[in-house]
Amino acid sequence: MPVLEIEDLSVSYGAVHALTDVSFSAAEGEVTAVLGANGAGKTTLLRAITGLVRPRKGTVRYDGEQLEKMSVEKIVRHGVAHVPEGRSVIEEMTVDENLRLGSLFRFSRRQRGPVIEEIYALFPPLAERRRQHANTLSGGERQMLAIGRALVSRPKVLLLDEPSLGLAPIVTARLMAVLRDLTQASNLIVVLVEQNARSSLSIAQKAVVINLGRVVVCEDAAKVAGDSELRHHYLGY
Amino acid sequence: MQFFLNITLGGIATGMIVAAVALGLVLIFRATNIVNFAQGAMAMMTTYIAYAVLHQGSGYWLAFVAALATGLLFGALTQVVLIRPLQGKSPLNAIIVTFGFLIFLEGVAGAIWGSQTRTYPAPFSEAGQKIGNTQIAFSPFDVFVVLAVLALMILMLVLFRGTDLGLRMRAVAFAPETARLLGVRVRPLLTLGWALSAAAGVLAALLVVPTSSLTPNFMDVILIYGFTAAVVGGLDSPVGALVGGLATGLSLAYVGGYLGGSLEPMAALALVIVSLMIRPEGLFARPAPRRV
Ligand SMILES: Nc1ncnc2c1ncn2[C@@H]1O[C@H](COP(=O)(O)OP(=O)(O)OP(=O)(O)O)[C@@H](O)[C@H]1O
Ligand SMILES: [Mg+2]
Repeated sequence: MPVLEIEDLSVSYGAVHALTDVSFSAAEGEVTAVLGANGAGKTTLLRAITGLVRPRKGTVRYDGEQLEKMSVEKIVRHGVAHVPEGRSVIEEMTVDENLRLGSLFRFSRRQRGPVIEEIYALFPPLAERRRQHANTLSGGERQMLAIGRALVSRPKVLLLDEPSLGLAPIVTARLMAVLRDLTQASNLIVVLVEQNARSSLSIAQKAVVINLGRVVVCEDAAKVAGDSELRHHYLGY
Repeated sequence: MQFFLNITLGGIATGMIVAAVALGLVLIFRATNIVNFAQGAMAMMTTYIAYAVLHQGSGYWLAFVAALATGLLFGALTQVVLIRPLQGKSPLNAIIVTFGFLIFLEGVAGAIWGSQTRTYPAPFSEAGQKIGNTQIAFSPFDVFVVLAVLALMILMLVLFRGTDLGLRMRAVAFAPETARLLGVRVRPLLTLGWALSAAAGVLAALLVVPTSSLTPNFMDVILIYGFTAAVVGGLDSPVGALVGGLATGLSLAYVGGYLGGSLEPMAALALVIVSLMIRPEGLFARPAPRRV
């Protein structure tokens, strides 16, 4: 069973050590929640997995390949989709064009239509706005579009950086439910970075807590959610 | 009445050439998110090469094709050598470099070919036509200009709206990191954007040169009008470039025809100010982004 395996990963920005010896693995059909305070290194972790930053040492393995030496484009074509922090929809394009862009490298012109329709079925508000420019969407709709655009290429690994940031609780709950179902239905490997520990732990099987660039907890999600001392100490609730 | 008609026709002919320059500017903006001040100077250099080809004894059309091909190559090379090292820095750096490149190229052209003017032929007659008893100031060459510029605009619309390549190019221009995360190879597409826009610039130069004649700075004035048109129409819209070009050409013609040629530059300036007051983002630009 293919897993995403991160071993001894260290990343520095000049003198700043953002990640030090990070190791964990994420399994198919599971959501792995990555938690930690601001500046802990969560975004850096995802950027290192997709090659947007290069690690100082360590490896990222998936499906028998070492990702840390590949180009970003190649990693993505390998089935790793990354939804970056801050709803990175392309504002100059319509909803439909954003989704089409996501499907280009995987599907032929003929296959694309049905694949994009599946995304509209998953996120109905997008279907009503397909010809609208992305800069007219609300925050929640943008997040749906950013996630939909990642899903449209049928990735095997999905990296999400704070998808619930700025969303109303009810929208977050719906998003989490969609993610949980999707992970099981398509046997995805999901790495979910969140500030909102409560909602991400509710759908995760595993939890990785990062503090000052180091993994301090790597446990079953249920255990972390049930351990009030640990929650107080690292997650503040 | 005939005076008015002929001035209007002259304005349309000029406007289409201005539109060609503006289309080149729109092309590079949509493909790489910068403006290229050196576009006119690059086209000027290429036109000197076309001139040399022409005087080897080749016909007009061979020189025409050679010029477009050289333009493509020159654009690609410029991107690789001058602009690529600035990738990832503020777009302002690249824009300033294009300005320096403009000055450099005009200097080089002056050193090689001197400031003497050379005449460059048109492929069709530049004489106005007689329809019935009225003399019409619209030549077969003007018809060619209109058709060539319309073709360029339609090709650009098809590229950006209708093709996967165009979609990728737009993504690379406006969100390079996001484009990479969607599996798009950024570098070759930036180079292609420069190549295509340089070729569009060369087309504009070949349409200008029969009337202006060839000197190291023959593209300067038309480039300024091209910027006027692109700003009026919105830097990201091919249709806007065409309408902006026509508006610029007609303003120049009417002001020149009725108020005197020395006021022409003022007409362009007034047009920019008025249009910026009405719609700052350009007449045909997409709606201003809504920040969430
Ligand atoms: N490009 C950069 N240059 C220098 N330092 C950086 C850079 N990006 C991140 N850092 C530093 O690396 C550390 C980890 O940052 P990172 O963005 O990974 O944190 P995070 O856990 O995602 O935080 P948040 O929850 O606020 O998004 C921080 O100390 C940050 O200041
Ligand atoms: Mg972050």
